Amino acid sequence: MFAYLTKSLLQALLVMLAVAFIGFSMFRFVGDPVANLVGQEATIQDREELAQLLGLNDPIPLQFFHFVTNAAQGEFGVSYRQGRRVSDLLAERLPATLELALLSALFAFVVGMILGVYAAIRRDGVVANIVMSVSLIGVSLPTFLIGIGLIYVFAVECRSWSTALAAWTGWQGWSGACLPSFGRGETVRIGWWTTGLLTESGLKSLIMPTITLGFFQLTLVMRLVRSEMLEVMRTDFVKFARARGLPERVVQLKHALRNTMIPVVTIVGLQLGSVIAFAIVTETVFQWPGLGALFVQSVQFVDIPVMSAYLMFVGFVFVVVNLATDLLYLLLDPRLRTAKTAAAQ
Amino acid sequence: MLAPSQPTEQPKGWLARTWDSDVAYSFRHSPVAIGAAVASIIMIGAALLAPLLAPQNAFDPAQLNLLDGYTRPGETGMGSGNYFVLGADNQGRDVFSAILYGSRVSLFVGFASVVFSMVLGVGLGLVAGYLGGRTDAVIMRIADIQLSFPAILIALLVFGIARGIIPPALHEQMAIGVLIVAIGLSNWAQYARTVRASTMVEKRKEYVEAARLLGMSPFSVMWRHVLPNVAGPVLVIATINLALAIIEEATLSYLGVGVPATQPSLGTLIRFGQQYLFSGEWWILLFPALALILLALAVNLLGDWLRDALNPKLRQKS
Repeated sequence: MFAYLTKSLLQALLVMLAVAFIGFSMFRFVGDPVANLVGQEATIQDREELAQLLGLNDPIPLQFFHFVTNAAQGEFGVSYRQGRRVSDLLAERLPATLELALLSALFAFVVGMILGVYAAIRRDGVVANIVMSVSLIGVSLPTFLIGIGLIYVFAVECRSWSTALAAWTGWQGWSGACLPSFGRGETVRIGWWTTGLLTESGLKSLIMPTITLGFFQLTLVMRLVRSEMLEVMRTDFVKFARARGLPERVVQLKHALRNTMIPVVTIVGLQLGSVIAFAIVTETVFQWPGLGALFVQSVQFVDIPVMSAYLMFVGFVFVVVNLATDLLYLLLDPRLRTAKTAAAQ
Repeated sequence: MLAPSQPTEQPKGWLARTWDSDVAYSFRHSPVAIGAAVASIIMIGAALLAPLLAPQNAFDPAQLNLLDGYTRPGETGMGSGNYFVLGADNQGRDVFSAILYGSRVSLFVGFASVVFSMVLGVGLGLVAGYLGGRTDAVIMRIADIQLSFPAILIALLVFGIARGIIPPALHEQMAIGVLIVAIGLSNWAQYARTVRASTMVEKRKEYVEAARLLGMSPFSVMWRHVLPNVAGPVLVIATINLALAIIEEATLSYLGVGVPATQPSLGTLIRFGQQYLFSGEWWILLFPALALILLALAVNLLGDWLRDALNPKLRQKS
């Protein structure tokens, strides 16, 4: 167990170093850092002073060492475009992205599980078939089109269909279905963290981005749970559980479902990368003030420090998620635990 | 792609043999594949023939009449009196022509980037599989790391770096080239993995050994002997990747980092169209979006079918 952990940690460290090297090369070799920081009328002496201050005259390995130690302390330099410290920019936008990503992962996981289990149990039902075909179409739709479609239905055309429904049913509450199409709504500040979960407009603003971001994940989880579940239901231990006279519900939800969890957790974990990628797109569609939108802006304006900081942030998330997935395996599958311990001893 | 060798005793021509082959049989019996193929051919053909089919040149501002702006679908414009099947945008650009010209850009970037990543990935995969050892380890580690990052992220990074290196005056001209390289660089790893695996199998076979004994250089052995035998799966990946590349291009253009605004692709058109959604001009957005969905779906289904048709395991199951 200990050897297994050390090995995972070492690998994680190596990957982080590689990512940091890419980030460093971008900062050092793409464009001229000095020219990007000083104004037009700076003298040659000013430039040299700045170069000295930034340590650009040091040997490259030493520069890389400084870069890594700074990055480890969360110091990524100054944004070319906004003139502010990159670490401040990231900290300001981190809560928006994390809230959105975690909420959509939760949404995808919970709804995907429920639909997947349902589709497996009622495998020939009409509803199950409809759900499966919709998921197929959903996979080939680009993310931003799903977002735009939601905006059209729930923000643009919402007034007309909600009043029509209100007249039809005599219930005025339908106008509550209209959702804001951009931004985070009102946020509450708790320490340095800002959250949209505590206000009505904040919660409403979260709905559409969460669905857009979670949709691809949801279809993935659902199809995976369904196929794994169908597989597990055919195994001997499920037959045995039935033979013992356990109620069908218990067999399905306790015995079968638990054994479908391992591949599901792996895929959901490893897919976190695509959550971040889709977050770039989703945040742009909904003008969400998160890291992804910041990254797109930095690419448009060639703001290298922000780009390299974002790259390292994503690399860090990947490494942490991979480690967490490895650990979750051990928790979920007792067989793996003993095998690993035996191998380590 | 690869010319089939023609043994002299073969009584049938290659057309008849193609018709009789397993793949063609599976194609004739799959309505989805036929539908997808027809749709793809129509869309690709329409894009290629855009100058002949489109009522106006969507890239030429001189042909636009501002008074035609916001013409609804199926009405005649107030300025030029032309008929607009799918309406006109704010500048009086015919949406139908814009879609034809836009899908041209989308398809060109898609095809070019697929070819780019195919050449790069196949080349590196061949080298890695054939030479083995440290070369193999380095190439495949890079592929591993890259595969764990989403393609769109890598494409954005490459795009940003390229813009930092290229002088600003050339940005407009080189935008499409940069886009192709960015999308291509984000997708090569899959080819490399597949080709490496099959190369490692092939290189132990006798014909490769024979070629080597004849004194051929490693490069010609790879190119003349190994490559034709590992090319099959590559085509399948390429077809599936074409749909992905088209969507990737659309996404990048939608984000505003893709093709220049003077040569809008489908993604750029959708980006423009979104601005008019709230004021009720839905057609500027809807039709390019439908075109993109149709194109991506058709190519995707075709790729799926090809993968299943070439996989004997799946054929036995069904």
